[in-house]
Amino acid sequence: MKLFYALILTFAAALPARSEVEIQSVTSPGGVTAWLVEEHSIPFTALEIRFRGGASLDRPGKRGAVTMMTGLLEEGAADLDARAFSRATEALATTFGFDSSHDEVSVSARFLTENRDASMALLKDALQSPRFDQDALDRVRGQVLSIINSSLKNPGDIANQTFNETIFGGHPYGSSINGTVESVNGLTREDLLQAQGDVLARDRIYVGAVGDITREELGMLLDDLLGDLPETGAPMPPRAEVSIPSGVKVVDFATPQSVALFGHKGIKQDDPDFFAATVLNQVLGGGSFESRLMTEVREKRGLTYGVSSYLVPRDLAETYMGSVSSANDRIAEAISVIRDEWSKAATEGVTEQELQDAKTYITGAYPLRFDGNSTIANILVGMQMIGLPIDYIATRNDRVEAVTLADVKRVAGELLTPDDMLFVVVGQPEGLETTIPEDAPAE
Amino acid sequence: MFRLPVLAAVAALCLPPAVAQARDNEAVTAFTLENGMQVVVVEDHRAPVVQQMVWYRAGSADEPKGASGVAHFLEHLLFKATDKMESGEFSSTVAANGGQDNAFTSYDYTAYFQRVAADRLELMMQMESDRMKNIRLTPENIETERDVILEERNQRTENSPGALLNEQVSATQYLNHRYGTPVIGWKHEMQELQLKDTLAFYALYYSPNNAILVVSGDVLPDEVKTLAEKYYGAIPANPDLPERLRTKEPPQIAERRVTYRDARVAQPYISRSYMAPERDSSAQDKAAALTILAEILGGGTTSFLAEKLQFDTQVATYTGAFYSGATLDDTTFGFAVVPAAGVTLEEAEAALDGALAEFMEAGVDPEQLERIKLQIRADQIYARDNADSVANRYGQALAIGLTVEDVQAWPDVLEAVTGEDIMQAARDVFDLRTSVTGMLKKKEAAE
Repeated sequence: MKLFYALILTFAAALPARSEVEIQSVTSPGGVTAWLVEEHSIPFTALEIRFRGGASLDRPGKRGAVTMMTGLLEEGAADLDARAFSRATEALATTFGFDSSHDEVSVSARFLTENRDASMALLKDALQSPRFDQDALDRVRGQVLSIINSSLKNPGDIANQTFNETIFGGHPYGSSINGTVESVNGLTREDLLQAQGDVLARDRIYVGAVGDITREELGMLLDDLLGDLPETGAPMPPRAEVSIPSGVKVVDFATPQSVALFGHKGIKQDDPDFFAATVLNQVLGGGSFESRLMTEVREKRGLTYGVSSYLVPRDLAETYMGSVSSANDRIAEAISVIRDEWSKAATEGVTEQELQDAKTYITGAYPLRFDGNSTIANILVGMQMIGLPIDYIATRNDRVEAVTLADVKRVAGELLTPDDMLFVVVGQPEGLETTIPEDAPAE
Repeated sequence: MFRLPVLAAVAALCLPPAVAQARDNEAVTAFTLENGMQVVVVEDHRAPVVQQMVWYRAGSADEPKGASGVAHFLEHLLFKATDKMESGEFSSTVAANGGQDNAFTSYDYTAYFQRVAADRLELMMQMESDRMKNIRLTPENIETERDVILEERNQRTENSPGALLNEQVSATQYLNHRYGTPVIGWKHEMQELQLKDTLAFYALYYSPNNAILVVSGDVLPDEVKTLAEKYYGAIPANPDLPERLRTKEPPQIAERRVTYRDARVAQPYISRSYMAPERDSSAQDKAAALTILAEILGGGTTSFLAEKLQFDTQVATYTGAFYSGATLDDTTFGFAVVPAAGVTLEEAEAALDGALAEFMEAGVDPEQLERIKLQIRADQIYARDNADSVANRYGQALAIGLTVEDVQAWPDVLEAVTGEDIMQAARDVFDLRTSVTGMLKKKEAAE
């Protein structure tokens, strides 16, 4: 009975929504560049700032320093201690967010137009004059240690940690950005000042702004906010040598449901085949309910609540990953089905219908992303970080449409290497045992 | 300030938070179809996107005895075949139109939604109205999808000591009300759910006079009305829809304590919850006072508990207070304390009780109250950036017996709350006889 909707579908699919986002590039008098979307209908602005390098710039033996430094930026600055800083933020109805990841430190701000200057003065203090008071440092250290300890008993975190250690070894990607109990206990105020200087510098900054602000106003704001940051930070870390052993690694953990991560090498974001890979992944495991993995593992066999695959193109290495969770007595079957689907896609590619459905989804879903000032600011800054042109949004769907069935088949053959897959399984899986050499790095 | 991973589990003790409230009355239009289906339209013309939600006034607390989890199971099964669609065709059609769809179940409601380009709204309504009455389930659907929900329970609950404690706490908190039974269901009852259980629940509760349609985004109310009349208006009301009769709690007269030990616990913590009133139509003032009380006591760095347990003393790594009045029946007001290294749970509990006693003496700091109200006002501006979350708020409110007017009055009700209202609410609620104290402990090897 598919015909019932097919008629409407054909008609509707011919008219993808257009996102009307007008991006301006703004360079401040002092030389800071930002991408801006003016949106004056609501009197507030979302500002997103990123510093490339992030937690991968931790110095040797100081793992966790960048993450803790980032967490302390809102815990006291200039003449305000942690509580005074929070009260001042609340009194302006402003929100700040500070976060770190392997590739970047991100700073997010949302402020009412009427409180713009006062909000930016506070943020400037946080970025340039953080206090790193000893009591705040110890308090935040306690929070980080609590997170580290919790992750040691969380099957998903254990899987992630084990996978990264196994494939990235001693590169910063091989360890948690939070550090270890030992490294975090050893961090001093000097280490945090070092991390601040290493990361928060002008030579690695990216800015996106969306909301009730003009280009002139943004230019002045940027100079006030960021102009006095140091010109250069620490050198960027080297690319990661990825060495992925093929096989299974079981981490024994007494819990009813095994959590598995799987993957192999991936593809760079600026690779000409990246869109073909994106379409391929949409069909294989990127879609929500209708991907091949969801159909085979969940819908047909009921082996899991969720299974997915995803391309992970980071700054310093690329992987193609996936995850699944199944009861200990069913995870082996789930993994077997995933292997079969991986092999099938590698040799056969996808069907014409799958290609069309994936393209319609990827192109149709794109405008849906632009749904709020903060979200759009994040997109703007992300585009700059991966070096996309400012008119990219208008051309992106054309690049998706240009992907052919032959492209997907060729890329599937190159990218999907079922014999090279590593499965890390945390739990007490029945019928699975470690098949890769046991030379895992020290805990 | 870091978000600790244990907190997600603790926060789940209370139903969804609802401090930020929007009111942009001009952009909200409400009407009712002839068959009784309520409709709310939230306009936002900045992007060519629309979200459709259909909320049913039927959740896990409406399930028959012995069939816990059936509301959520049915939610999964609504993605299978209907008379007109094959199994899975609903979601694949949404995806093939570049959209996203999903659904969720809570104690008081089940809701289905799609986000899609604005010109696809009619297709979404056509499909959503179709599955209101026309699902066609097979025994194989039941067998396979029951395995899926059991794996969902594994993922959400069995693999999480914090979630397991929550279940025990809720079951202990409610002596005679279905909020004590988990939404996803008890495992042994989920294993026994049959086709007839799901169809009985479907036949009883899925009808236009028990549903709310909420459309948000780049749409006009007239156009929504025309489409809604065409697709939902054609479905007759169910004349046998029962009243929402819920069992009532007896007076709670005994303080309760629950300790759960698990070898997988890395970070022990305590929770404390008290019975508390929810938002009632035209009587939201107590809930408003409790909403602000939760902010005062546990809303981050400047809150009273953070002040006493994290700054003045270093008893805790984290403190929090939780309250949401967005339920049909009496809810809870809750606390969580994650003790600092070297502090026992018993010491943490004593510190919590000491701080609460101090607060009852000291009363509300007027400056803190003013800051909180300022943020509530600002949130009305920020909320205009997210029409879907406004839509969500209306759908939830109407599903729990509030009216459009109640939702629109809520910011004013919050604004009118005084320090004395807050202290009176605290005196009424902080009665240990209605409380459950939960402790999550590490199970040592010897135990």
